[in-house]
Amino acid sequence: MKKKLSFLERAAAVPHMVWAVMFIVAPLLFVAYFAFTDTNGSFTFSNVELLSSYSHIFLVSICFSLVATFFCLLIGYPLAFFMSRAKPSTQKLLTVLLMLPMWISLLIRTYSLMTLLDNGGLVNSLLTALGLDPIAMVGTGGAVILGMIYDFLPYMVLPIYTSMQKLDNRYLEAAADLGCTPLQTMLRVVLPLTVPGIISGITMVFVPSISTFYISQKLGGGNFDLIGDTIERQFKYPSTYHVGAAISLVMMILILISVAVMNRFSDEKGEMIV
Amino acid sequence: MDNTLIKLRSIEKSFDGEQVLCGIDLDIHDKEFVTLLGPSGCGKTTTLRIIGGFESADTGDVYFDGERINELPAHKRQVNTVFQRYALFPHLNVYDNVAFGLRVQKIGEEEIQKRVREMLEMTGLRGFESRRPSTLSGGQQQRVAIARALINRPRVLLLDEPLGALDLKLRKDMQNELKRIQRETGITFIYVTHDQEEALSMSDTVVVMANGRIQQIGTPTDIYNEPVNAFVADFIGESNIIDGVMPEDNKARFAGHTFACVDGGFAKNEAVDIVIRPEDVDVVPVEKGMLSGTVSGVTFKGDYYEIIVDVKGFKWMIETSDFVAPDEKIGLYIEPDAIHVMKKSEYSGKFGDYSTFSDEMDHLSDPDAEVGEDEEEAILS
Amino acid sequence: MKTLSRVYMWVVFALLYAPILVLVIFSFNRGGSLSSYTGFSFRWYGELFRDSVALQSLKNSLVLAISSSALATLIGTFAALGLDRMRNRYLKGAVNSVTNIPMMNPDIVTGVSMMLLFVAVGGILGLSDVLGRWTMLIAHTTFSLPYVILSVLPKFRQFDASLREAAMDLGCTPARAFFKVELPHLLPGVISGFIMGFTLSLDDFVISHFVSSPDFQTLPLYIYNQTAHNVKYSMYALCTLIIVTILALLLLVNFAGGIGDRTKRRKEATK
Repeated sequence: MKKKLSFLERAAAVPHMVWAVMFIVAPLLFVAYFAFTDTNGSFTFSNVELLSSYSHIFLVSICFSLVATFFCLLIGYPLAFFMSRAKPSTQKLLTVLLMLPMWISLLIRTYSLMTLLDNGGLVNSLLTALGLDPIAMVGTGGAVILGMIYDFLPYMVLPIYTSMQKLDNRYLEAAADLGCTPLQTMLRVVLPLTVPGIISGITMVFVPSISTFYISQKLGGGNFDLIGDTIERQFKYPSTYHVGAAISLVMMILILISVAVMNRFSDEKGEMIV
Repeated sequence: MDNTLIKLRSIEKSFDGEQVLCGIDLDIHDKEFVTLLGPSGCGKTTTLRIIGGFESADTGDVYFDGERINELPAHKRQVNTVFQRYALFPHLNVYDNVAFGLRVQKIGEEEIQKRVREMLEMTGLRGFESRRPSTLSGGQQQRVAIARALINRPRVLLLDEPLGALDLKLRKDMQNELKRIQRETGITFIYVTHDQEEALSMSDTVVVMANGRIQQIGTPTDIYNEPVNAFVADFIGESNIIDGVMPEDNKARFAGHTFACVDGGFAKNEAVDIVIRPEDVDVVPVEKGMLSGTVSGVTFKGDYYEIIVDVKGFKWMIETSDFVAPDEKIGLYIEPDAIHVMKKSEYSGKFGDYSTFSDEMDHLSDPDAEVGEDEEEAILS
Repeated sequence: MKTLSRVYMWVVFALLYAPILVLVIFSFNRGGSLSSYTGFSFRWYGELFRDSVALQSLKNSLVLAISSSALATLIGTFAALGLDRMRNRYLKGAVNSVTNIPMMNPDIVTGVSMMLLFVAVGGILGLSDVLGRWTMLIAHTTFSLPYVILSVLPKFRQFDASLREAAMDLGCTPARAFFKVELPHLLPGVISGFIMGFTLSLDDFVISHFVSSPDFQTLPLYIYNQTAHNVKYSMYALCTLIIVTILALLLLVNFAGGIGDRTKRRKEATK
């Protein structure tokens, strides 16, 4: 016998569905609409065609984000491992320490990093005090990448840490028992079993990195135009909304494709693990 | 001839200030099947983990083949472990799980293939090569765990409650299987269990542990027939344990009667614990009995009756094939060699009286024991 | 291994906190310099509190965060109920995927897409300055919704349906059973969803950047405008205050959470 649903139960999701159509689906349709129209509202491909002149910006953005993501993984993976093997009480403290920066606004974190790296900043005054030449860091690509790493490292560590925590200590013992050195245990057991965490960490760092504009504005000193900067600039004046919409659309599709590919990869791995 | 393979000397270990091992001395010989037997929390798993290299002793020494190996990490020890609940690598299939130890040693694929096939053959796992552990039954996972541990050809195999998760029928089969594998390979087995039946039927040597101490080491028959104290007597099978005195050798006085017995070597009139197994008491008519009492409970057990007899307030458990009715008065007859005399110990008076006994209680306390085991593990991990 | 692990963690966390720490220290710097500390002073804090725009932004931020997260909690909780009861798998899947879009999409895309919607609809309605507090409320509610649903939905799944049946058996109407039996069970999820929405709203800069107007500034927008061109030292003071507030909240939540855990564990132990 099928249980009859009450009216409340049947209607409960309706407000949300209306809201989602109006404010999630419709806006995206508008992005597509603007991307394929000109200022008069007539259909055109010119916005999309114009994108080829932005190809180097896409390239630079992708490079920067990939490098930042790579370093986040490189730094974050061992951190997550060490954290997951600490005493439970220590783990709790470390988790809070890791989450705190995530709660502090990106603006503040980027701004504080800029303060440190600035020409008159603390790092350079330390260098001067040591008798070394100051280095102009703000305005370089390295600073932008450093900013991405600094801002998004916790987003890499947290999902990996979560999957490490689920990793039963007995697997590590079994590996050691069968003759694995700590390094071999890491490569043969820990790494394959934490792939889902790695995938979600990569996604969580790569997506905000490739779409950022504040980091490049502050730490790039305006020398580096990333996709985010370009989009942001287009939306200052109504006449360039259409080009901005086209760039956003392309970036969104790129990201959705790469996320889908990654998730597929992680699903396969996940199946193996379950 | 000394073929001692593993020697433990005054091992002590505590977790968070709680002492789990208080001075363990143990010799394990080559090709021996040794069982560490005891209730949960007695320290048997910790002892095993110290041998495996997963824990280090606070004080004391571990010797392997004459060499002190306290500081030797687990991956360099010539022992392999079958873990409780197996710990099979979920990301690898059966073949790769079994091949794991060989791959780590960078042995050629051809050799690996040969040895894995041999191992799967021996454990009856042919045809399961490409299955994931999660798709296997408990018994099959158990076999994979054994194959994986044996393929490295260790000198010693450690087994931590390997059959705990299996149902009764399967457990019996696996017991025979393990025994066969041990005979065929000639590898020393150190086996941890809280199941006394398992321990008695499989082992060459049983080590009974309680409260972080070894209570008794001996062959299964020794342990059963000659328990050293009330704890061992009670833990290994059912026993009636009665306060008594030894007026002289071959004489034991208890329950208001002096019995002939075959034990001696005690001081005159020394207070002792007397152990009598339920199956060693014969039920006879009252006038022929050495003792007499009233039947207060009868439980049908299939091939025998388990009866509780009240003899002057002390309740005896007796196994008999003759039916007796509740409230019937019966006589008890005990042969001299059925009487086992033990020295008094810290466990005296704690076990062996069936006045509060009921089957239900036994079952109720079992899940608790499991929880206790998990807690022990939680502390360890 | 133990020392390596400890040293590594120390170094990474030190680097993670160094810039924040420097910022906090220099917010108390008397002179206006980033490189030399010239003495302790509350000068910049005083300046901040005399800045009426800053105070107005703070007020806007709080009002917006409370109202948007309350709205998101209301809609989201009912959405979770509906999703839990929904039988049509395809509809359910579709609603779930659409809901998750703002979580997956980069903020900048969410921001510009909403901006385009608002501007276009405003154009149709003949409004020239449609952006402001109402568009901010809509945007913040929208990006909070998936988080609310995500924290409430599992609570519905964990709920034992026989409790609801027991309530109805004892004479409750389905609606009454929901409010009397199910809602109390959901409450922790609802509250954590609300807190999530609240903090996300307070923190959001990117989406707000596109859907707001100069006459409705939130704190992050204010900070962005103030730091756009040159360094303003009163911003150090503001950032420090925000960091301290977040730290206090986080410790409070964790401390309270710790107590909750302990009582829960004790309850389980006595079971």
